[in-house]
Amino acid sequence: MSGELVYLDHAASTPMRREAVEAMLPFLDQQFANPSGSHRFARQARAALDGARDVVAAAVGCDAGDVVFTGGGTEADNTAVMGAVARHGGLAVCSAAEHHAVLHAVEQVGGVVIGVDAVGRIDRDQLEQVLTRAAAGGTPPVTVVSVMAVNNEVGSINDIAAVSALVRRLAPGALVHTDAVQAPSWVDVRELTPHVDLLSLSGHKFGGPKGIGVLVVRRPDAVAPLLVGGGQERERRSGTQNVAGAVALAEALRCTDLERDDEVERLAALRDRLVDALRAGVPGLHETVPPHDKVAGSAHVCIPGVENEALLFLLDEGGVCASAASACAAGAMEPSHVLSAMGVPGELARGALRLTLGHSTTPHDVDRAAEVIVAAVERIRRFASRPGQASGASR
Amino acid sequence: MRVLCAMSGGVDSSVAAIELLEAGHEVVGVTMRLWGGESDTGCCSIADVDDARRVAQHLGIDHVVFNFTDDFDRHVVDPYVAAHAAGITPNPCIECNRRLKFDRLLERADLLGFDAVATGHHARIVTVDGSLHVARGADAAKDQSYVVHMLDQVALTRTLFPVGHLTKAEVRAKAAAAGVRTAAKPDSQDVCFITHTGGRESFLGSRIPFRSGTVVDTDGTVVGSVESVELVTVGQRRGLGLPGGGPKRYVVEVDVERAVVVVGDEAAQLADVVELGGLVWAAGPVQGEVLVQCSAHGETRRAVLEGDRIRFSEPQRRVAPGQSVVLYDTTDAIVLGGGVAVRRATSSAHR
Repeated sequence: MSGELVYLDHAASTPMRREAVEAMLPFLDQQFANPSGSHRFARQARAALDGARDVVAAAVGCDAGDVVFTGGGTEADNTAVMGAVARHGGLAVCSAAEHHAVLHAVEQVGGVVIGVDAVGRIDRDQLEQVLTRAAAGGTPPVTVVSVMAVNNEVGSINDIAAVSALVRRLAPGALVHTDAVQAPSWVDVRELTPHVDLLSLSGHKFGGPKGIGVLVVRRPDAVAPLLVGGGQERERRSGTQNVAGAVALAEALRCTDLERDDEVERLAALRDRLVDALRAGVPGLHETVPPHDKVAGSAHVCIPGVENEALLFLLDEGGVCASAASACAAGAMEPSHVLSAMGVPGELARGALRLTLGHSTTPHDVDRAAEVIVAAVERIRRFASRPGQASGASR
Repeated sequence: MRVLCAMSGGVDSSVAAIELLEAGHEVVGVTMRLWGGESDTGCCSIADVDDARRVAQHLGIDHVVFNFTDDFDRHVVDPYVAAHAAGITPNPCIECNRRLKFDRLLERADLLGFDAVATGHHARIVTVDGSLHVARGADAAKDQSYVVHMLDQVALTRTLFPVGHLTKAEVRAKAAAAGVRTAAKPDSQDVCFITHTGGRESFLGSRIPFRSGTVVDTDGTVVGSVESVELVTVGQRRGLGLPGGGPKRYVVEVDVERAVVVVGDEAAQLADVVELGGLVWAAGPVQGEVLVQCSAHGETRRAVLEGDRIRFSEPQRRVAPGQSVVLYDTTDAIVLGGGVAVRRATSSAHR
């Protein structure tokens, strides 16, 4: 077992930035007050929360009043979809490659799921058909169209401007939501915001803490709240605000935004170096999405003849933290709904490996990862080709 | 040794891990996710996986989950459904052991560099005349040698049953002493993919069409009817639409193709011969005198093995086709091999 650890699972969670940790500490300790109170401590907390809101608004390109702090990305996505349908009725629509936080929400409200192309982008022709049918009265009117900015598994980028234009033309009353949870490290969110009414972020995907997210709500009364109670966040999300989390999220987002251009360049080079090394060492390796269609930090590959469950075990043993698709509640690997929607054959999808880079990734990390992955794949393939390797129970 | 310990979230496999650690092995716990559908304990028995993980944490060992739902569907559930559709009564737990625990998992363990796979079965592995055999567990009431009878020399060299030498009471005492959360957890009893609420009927009913059938006497007289021939098992006495009173009747044959269930009296349901299919051997084929067990906790019966046929020393109740028949040595200590009862056993009583 190697003592050295390589972390290439930044799309699952990226380590907190030092600046964000330091920004939140005072609010866990000295400045603990409830921001809704009326005394001086409360005012301090309120000021910090409002400051965080301003920082997020600047990085996102929206008004401070549009920023609703939530308990995370899932809550933001759920609110966008279920909250829109709860307020306006009608039909929710999303792509088949959405994160489950959107997909299951759309399914729960009886919505429509649209297919994706070979790299995981929404099929706009199919979207057009659904919108046209609804406009003609063939189905209930479309209330919300939810399309992710960046896919969490394979890293592909949707053209949100084009999706939005289509919705505006065919369903002018519909809300456009984008799950931008995977975006901030790679894409300037300000370029997404003008095209959407609702946008979700999650703190721990860009160096903030877990348990804090943002739903940007650019149309008043766009959504009904999921949580009711004290009426915080302008009655869009009740519950005492997570001041420390909001402050840290804002600081992480500010730093990410400042460093983005340099980081994208640096990490795209490292990602290409990793994929090149894998391609050289793993015959038959399939790069799931070509580099120009995906974000800089994503290196999703499929390895024929390899079961990723076994591969991930060997990688973990070799000190490389990676992932495959999402895990079920029990912690078992699930077949990827994203790869399935993209039409990747099941046999190839079984060998899916998601390697995602982030702000802490070094050249040494990717070199070491490539070494361990190549060795693990060789071991698995050698084993599979071994004659009579099956055990004795069912021959 | 480096051992992969299959941990179901029950007390036996928890103690198996403890025993392995005490013996100085390097242990990794694994929970196999087998059934992806509805179950009594919720989706893929999350509570059981949680228990296994928490026990592993408590013991300071790594724990992983392997998703074998596809293999389970293909090798256990689909054949189970197909067997019922053909009027056969399968034993899915044995197929699960055969195909999942001691085939798929052993293969995976091999690939990942483990020396052995351990489970919490109440059975032992012993060497007799230079060959390994499954032997009965120390606790006669909990003995599970029947359900792991299929292991051959290759599998046996790489399998460990760390609790086989303990009684169930000792297992629970050991778990309690170690402070693991599963110490008082009730034993699992039933087929994991059949729920208490829906039962076998609901499970099969959503997968295969049921056919109503005629119940006839051994001389061909129609005496009753059943709603679903596919749910009738040889040896069954109830639910056959027979009038009350009169002598006890038992199902002696199920013919799904003709949708006919044959019933007979006590004498008619006795048979002195069982034909076996798919025989497997621990250390090579045997013939002659053996002891035979035909269900998980059934009694052993004296018999003679002649080729693929068992001849009981005195007639026995029929073994439902599809049930495993396990052969033990004449001292009832070790497993020699086993097979599956095949349909239409000839019987002197019914000839």
